Amino acid sequence: MNMNYFPDEVVEHVFDFITSHKDRNSVSLVCKSWYKIERYSRQRVFIGNCYSITPQRLIARFPGLKSLTLKGKPHFADFNLVPHDWGGFVYPWIKALAKSRIGLEELRLKRMVVSDDSLELLSKSFPNFKSLVLVSCEGFTTDGVAAIAANCRFLRELDLQENEVEDHRGHWLSCFPESCTSLVSLNFACLKGEINLASLERLVARSPNLKSLRLNRVVPLDTLQKLLMRAPQLVDLGIGSYVDDPSSEVFSKLKAVIQLCNSIRSLSGFLEVAPCCMSAIYPICENLTFLNLSYAPGLQGNDLTKLVQHCRKLQRLWILDCIGDKGLGVVASTCKELQELRVFPSDPFDAENAAVTEEGLVLISAGCPKLNSLLYFCHQMTNAALITVAKNCTNFIRFRLCILDPVKADPVTNQPLDEGFGAIVRSNKSLKRLSLSGLLTDQVFLYIGMYAKKLEMLSIAFAGDSNKGMLYVLNGCKKLRKLEIRDCPFGDVALLQDMGKYETMRSLWMSSCEVTLGACKTLAKKMPSLNVEIINESEKLESEQLELSFDDRLLVDKMYLYRTLVGDRKDAPEYVWLL
Amino acid sequence: MAFEKDLNLDATELRLGLPGSSDESAKNQTPATLRSNNKRALPEESMSSNATASKNCDQETAPLPKAQVVGWPPIRSYRKNNLQPKKSEGEISGIYVKVSMDGAPYLRKIDLKVFKGYPELLKALEEMFKFKAGEYSEREGYNGSEFVPTYEDKDGDWMLVGDVPWEMFTNSCKKLRIMKGSEARGLGCV
Repeated sequence: MNMNYFPDEVVEHVFDFITSHKDRNSVSLVCKSWYKIERYSRQRVFIGNCYSITPQRLIARFPGLKSLTLKGKPHFADFNLVPHDWGGFVYPWIKALAKSRIGLEELRLKRMVVSDDSLELLSKSFPNFKSLVLVSCEGFTTDGVAAIAANCRFLRELDLQENEVEDHRGHWLSCFPESCTSLVSLNFACLKGEINLASLERLVARSPNLKSLRLNRVVPLDTLQKLLMRAPQLVDLGIGSYVDDPSSEVFSKLKAVIQLCNSIRSLSGFLEVAPCCMSAIYPICENLTFLNLSYAPGLQGNDLTKLVQHCRKLQRLWILDCIGDKGLGVVASTCKELQELRVFPSDPFDAENAAVTEEGLVLISAGCPKLNSLLYFCHQMTNAALITVAKNCTNFIRFRLCILDPVKADPVTNQPLDEGFGAIVRSNKSLKRLSLSGLLTDQVFLYIGMYAKKLEMLSIAFAGDSNKGMLYVLNGCKKLRKLEIRDCPFGDVALLQDMGKYETMRSLWMSSCEVTLGACKTLAKKMPSLNVEIINESEKLESEQLELSFDDRLLVDKMYLYRTLVGDRKDAPEYVWLL
Repeated sequence: MAFEKDLNLDATELRLGLPGSSDESAKNQTPATLRSNNKRALPEESMSSNATASKNCDQETAPLPKAQVVGWPPIRSYRKNNLQPKKSEGEISGIYVKVSMDGAPYLRKIDLKVFKGYPELLKALEEMFKFKAGEYSEREGYNGSEFVPTYEDKDGDWMLVGDVPWEMFTNSCKKLRIMKGSEARGLGCV
């Protein structure tokens, strides 16, 4: 029976059950009637590249929009490869939404430039605004945060993750009115400045629905104890400062109140920590599913190991490499439910003290059968280890390996790591995201093209020998959406072989490769649906360089291209050339 | 492969085939490559700021760390900045305290912020004043030496180094004194 015989409301009701962005996008393509029904009923929209569409077109298509997710700068901006004012400004979006009749309730931003003005406009334009999540954003101060606190009467979620925020030490926290009792989630761990502790206590006391609370480093242990007394129902806790004398009365009170917090499933922070106080945490460990100690450099390997031994139900663990291979062995034998592991370097530039090596990873792969997501910074890796990991683990969705020395070979055999990564892609058929490192030739890309059929995002650095490498990937990885390459010998031939491919992808980044200006111009001319941007940051543009800069043979330092429905953006700074 | 800034085009063989041309042999010869800057720094080149810091520290015996390539390792700047607050804060405002040793003719000053914990501090003091501190235990203090490290805290009291958590110690220590001999015994040490 044809669904088109049903009245619209029935079809719409069916669509209510279709929640993933991918599925809703597919649904809208079936026929005109479904397109219309879908667009009026769509409430949540995800835009992976803010320059692929304009706010005006978004508003026109989805008048019922309630929740918007926007991403701005390319991923490599995280590593200082993109200048701060490159773009990704949220203000035009908020301005356009404010002018429209959209009843925005939720805004989630990643890698965008957010000004205090934007936050203030946001806070005053949408009476039902409930949720603000900012990840890796910059450009705002605590004044902007204060505006959100003061004006969003029904605020449920204020989640600031890893943003660079200028702290004016104003009393942003005190700006939450006494009438605000709706908070469910408050995360201000990334703020550096002082806050009014008494205000914080009162705020928590009047927020009965508070489930998630992540504090910054100025919140001391005795305040933590008082907050937990008020909010024993917390599910997610981020501890700021955790320093005290274990024999103190405050510490005993903390131990007692922690026993009452049996809903905590996620624990993070410990931005300042006295290891001798960690024993108070053990009672919570039994039930933890997520533990993030990656910002706790005050904990040594033994402290970490002792803690982890209590965490039998852990599903996600983020930790520093000072845990060591042995510590990872303890994780492997304790955390049988582990799905995601991230091991960060405690000293990124210290090549001498090998904290974790291939041994730790092998132990984890052997002990944790459910492992599907890995981010692992280490000092060395061997093909043998990767082959073992590939035998033990066939469920990887994300596999990101970063060997701190960018072109390091297998230290045992002195071979490139092609075979090791080849084994990983061969046995993990569901792999969606892959980051490579170490000494690698074109061969690894041959394997990736052959086996990584579900791959969506690939990050490559200092790898490959020739254009063939890049071509293997472009030809073989049919589901590729994001490709980012730095310092590889890939050039014009690879770039221009299949220009249509880029219309099937979100974006391509190439920096310090061998792509010429002429090739970029060609690509831009032939593919109007792509924006091709060149970032030229030469600080001193001497006259000879200026002449050279118009020569098509010039090797481009940074190129970023992305598909778009709306042509060139109008907000690019001088040094970004839009071809 | 470093390229000079002023390119000598006469010296290079220019094959100006159109980009993407099927003339593979032309591509296989190294084309004249022009770069507007030398961004592809190989690890052996430029010096890093970490190298100078470790040079200045007397006790550092590790070789110079490898030079830093821009944007490598791929760690978010936020994370990099937050992982080592001790090091960066130390450059701006360290916690400098005077250190005296009974019998030594003059005092020294050290920056508590450069140490991660008691073992490092004690080692530094031992090297500075050429003594051995003995084994520390919570119950008995320092065993096996006539030298005992003590400090004056915010309240003006003389305390045994090592009793309180490190963070608490660095926040409350006003000066250090390495006591010797009979005075040291008063604190309950052998």
